[in-house]
Amino acid sequence: MATHESHKKRSGLMDWLTTVDHKKIGILYLLAGGFFFLIGGLEAILMRIQLIKPENDLFTGELFNQLLTMHGTTMIFLAAMPMIFAYMNAVIPLQIGARDVAFPYVNAVGFWLFFFGGVLLNLSWFLGGAPEAGWTAYAPLSTSAQDTGVDFYVLGLQIAGAGTLAGGINFLVTIINMRAPGMTFMRMPLFTWASFVTSGLILFAFPALTVGFFLLMFERVFDANFFNPEMGGNILIWEHIFWIFGHPEVYILILPAFGIISEVVSTFSNKRLFGYSAMVFATVLIGFLGFMVWVHHMFTVGLGPVTNSIFAVATMAIAIPTGVKIFNWIFTMWGGQIRFTTAMLFAVGFIPTFVMGGVTGVMLAVPAADYQYHDSYFVVAHFHYVIVGGLILGLFSGLYYWYPRIFNRVLNETLGKINFWLFFIGFHLTFFPQHWLGLMGMPRRVFTYMSGQHLDEANFVSTIGALFMGAGTIVLFINIIVTASSKKVADKDPWDGRTLEWSMPVPTPEYNFAQTPLVRGLDALFVEKMAGNGKMTPAEPVGEIHMPNGSILPFVLSLGLFIAGFALIYANWIIAGVGLGIVLLTMFLRSILDDHGYHIHKEEVEADIKGGRA
Amino acid sequence: MNAGERLTDANFPAHPEKATLEGKNKFLGFWLFLGGETVLFATLFGTYLGLRNMHLDGPTGEELFKLPLVFLATMLLLTSSLTSVYAVLSLKQNKVRSLQGWFLVTLLLGLGFLGLEIYEFNHYVHEGHTFTSSAFGSAFYTLVGFHGAHVAFGCLWITTLIFRNWNRGISLYNAPKYYLFALYWHFVDVVWVFIFTVVYLMGKVG
Repeated sequence: MATHESHKKRSGLMDWLTTVDHKKIGILYLLAGGFFFLIGGLEAILMRIQLIKPENDLFTGELFNQLLTMHGTTMIFLAAMPMIFAYMNAVIPLQIGARDVAFPYVNAVGFWLFFFGGVLLNLSWFLGGAPEAGWTAYAPLSTSAQDTGVDFYVLGLQIAGAGTLAGGINFLVTIINMRAPGMTFMRMPLFTWASFVTSGLILFAFPALTVGFFLLMFERVFDANFFNPEMGGNILIWEHIFWIFGHPEVYILILPAFGIISEVVSTFSNKRLFGYSAMVFATVLIGFLGFMVWVHHMFTVGLGPVTNSIFAVATMAIAIPTGVKIFNWIFTMWGGQIRFTTAMLFAVGFIPTFVMGGVTGVMLAVPAADYQYHDSYFVVAHFHYVIVGGLILGLFSGLYYWYPRIFNRVLNETLGKINFWLFFIGFHLTFFPQHWLGLMGMPRRVFTYMSGQHLDEANFVSTIGALFMGAGTIVLFINIIVTASSKKVADKDPWDGRTLEWSMPVPTPEYNFAQTPLVRGLDALFVEKMAGNGKMTPAEPVGEIHMPNGSILPFVLSLGLFIAGFALIYANWIIAGVGLGIVLLTMFLRSILDDHGYHIHKEEVEADIKGGRA
Repeated sequence: MNAGERLTDANFPAHPEKATLEGKNKFLGFWLFLGGETVLFATLFGTYLGLRNMHLDGPTGEELFKLPLVFLATMLLLTSSLTSVYAVLSLKQNKVRSLQGWFLVTLLLGLGFLGLEIYEFNHYVHEGHTFTSSAFGSAFYTLVGFHGAHVAFGCLWITTLIFRNWNRGISLYNAPKYYLFALYWHFVDVVWVFIFTVVYLMGKVG
């Protein structure tokens, strides 16, 4: 039989465009997500500058609406989601003892779809203006907008969303099928568990959004009538579909942060996680309940007291498993040997901040009260406490924690602590006063307010806080540059880690594990440390390692969809056809060109082990 | 053994589609993908149910739908599901020619279904029931059209598979590919059963 060792090494840019290695795709996700995070943050600061004083006229009307829409859309879909995928890619295969994800090729497809979708959406700034219908794009605002902004929104997010779905399926299969011997479900690290549940939510939530985007696109590009009451349509259909996706999306975002916090709190308290099985159960329960609460975004629509009450009770019920998690983190720290590294500071800062967001969430879940809070700054304060105070603090924590594993350098701790305090204080300065702004009647999404209504001081403080957060983020980037320019390579286990990702040398070999490890308990590496080994026991002899081939096709396929989406916005059917043709052609090529991957020979692996590289 | 190697009757595993890790991953991943597809079609069904009486001045479903034609289409698709089962049975018995034959029959039945659907849509358009004529029109063509697009994609898929592997036996590399297509085809068939019930039968009596 012919050998299939047709593996060629690529270098430079081509290596990154063709890579199917989960570690490199994780870095790509982190860079692209970080880039969009900066853009979304800039949009937020511009909005806050407009609101710094009453009747300001810096960014008014349409431009403010565009900033508002793009800030929300960018932060949710193009910054938070990809950064979550960055950690899932960088960490999960290592945590479960796998050599790669289940579908390395699909993994690359997922990244490039997200990337081109995000680029398409942001091109709208230069081509007739960004979307201005809010990140929720409610009909008829979104269907009646005359310019092309919403078209960019719907097609850009459609393409990015397809990539997210691909990523979700990939991680479900990876976690179910590719765990190392002994890595049972109830021995999986909490980050892997949380990502597993998040992937399940992606699988069942994103297709609803896909349909919603199709309907909106058909409405705008092909004159369909789903949301047009004059032609028998119903605008509520969009709201339902959007929130059937949208509420699970909130848990898609926050569960991985819960996972990160669990890892960090446990590691830096030198204790195993308190109530591990309760934590797993709470994660699954939050994911399950997350699907049956979407109407709490629509209490004021008027679906009736019975409907509103049922969804109110379901919403409040989520506070229970969330409370379980909060107490378990606190009990994990209780009596532990706590080390306040930057990662731990972010994790500890997360706990009370997230609780505050949770408490306002329960307040908003009361329908009668929600009629007062609805569409006010109180809601803005609530969801920023949950998403920034929850998810973003979690992502920062994870960045400082896993940076040595991803980039082989430890971030500077002094700069890290400056980063934390600037960001943490800035966050509370920004969003805490917004609770009062909302209760005093300031509606969300407005570009200005009158003086003499007692809104001036709180808005001023809020803007100053936003600048603090911006300064904190700049310190992070200084930190990254300082760290990158230092020669000091990280230790393989700089935090006295407990889980498998700290068991291999730095840099991580491309095949991750020279020998698949044998897992003998929860916190697999720490079990071995306690047994006096300090390293994992292999579950197999040294042998040939099968690796997937890189491919340019994921890039080309995503480029094809990008071209098709771009052409649809301008109703250019020929170019749209060419774009879809490129997509079908790459799928055809993927099908007919056999790809058996290649093998790394036993001798090379043995040499790596001897040289301390594996 | 290399995954691309032609299997013989002697070394043929009980489940060639799941005999490698890649095969196992594809098998599970595709089932999960079909779970996502279920949500996709459920959302389309929900939209259709909300809008199916919003036909304005245009014809209603009861006036439009001709059950004999739809019944014929249903029979074509159900039979194609049966023939794809025969193909998978041949796959498990290492009979590559029989597998290709049954999948070709499946393809022809699928194309027949598509032909009927194109005829049906064309007929409706002449009756004044178009994509833009009412919310009912938009919802109908979107739901049934999404299903039709799935059939069309399936036809392209199986054509590629059959002809790429025309001169090759069954291997651990291509067995999962055949098997996944059969899963997909069954799913598309099940969706049609729901369309037949919810769109056509309920359209006639409701």
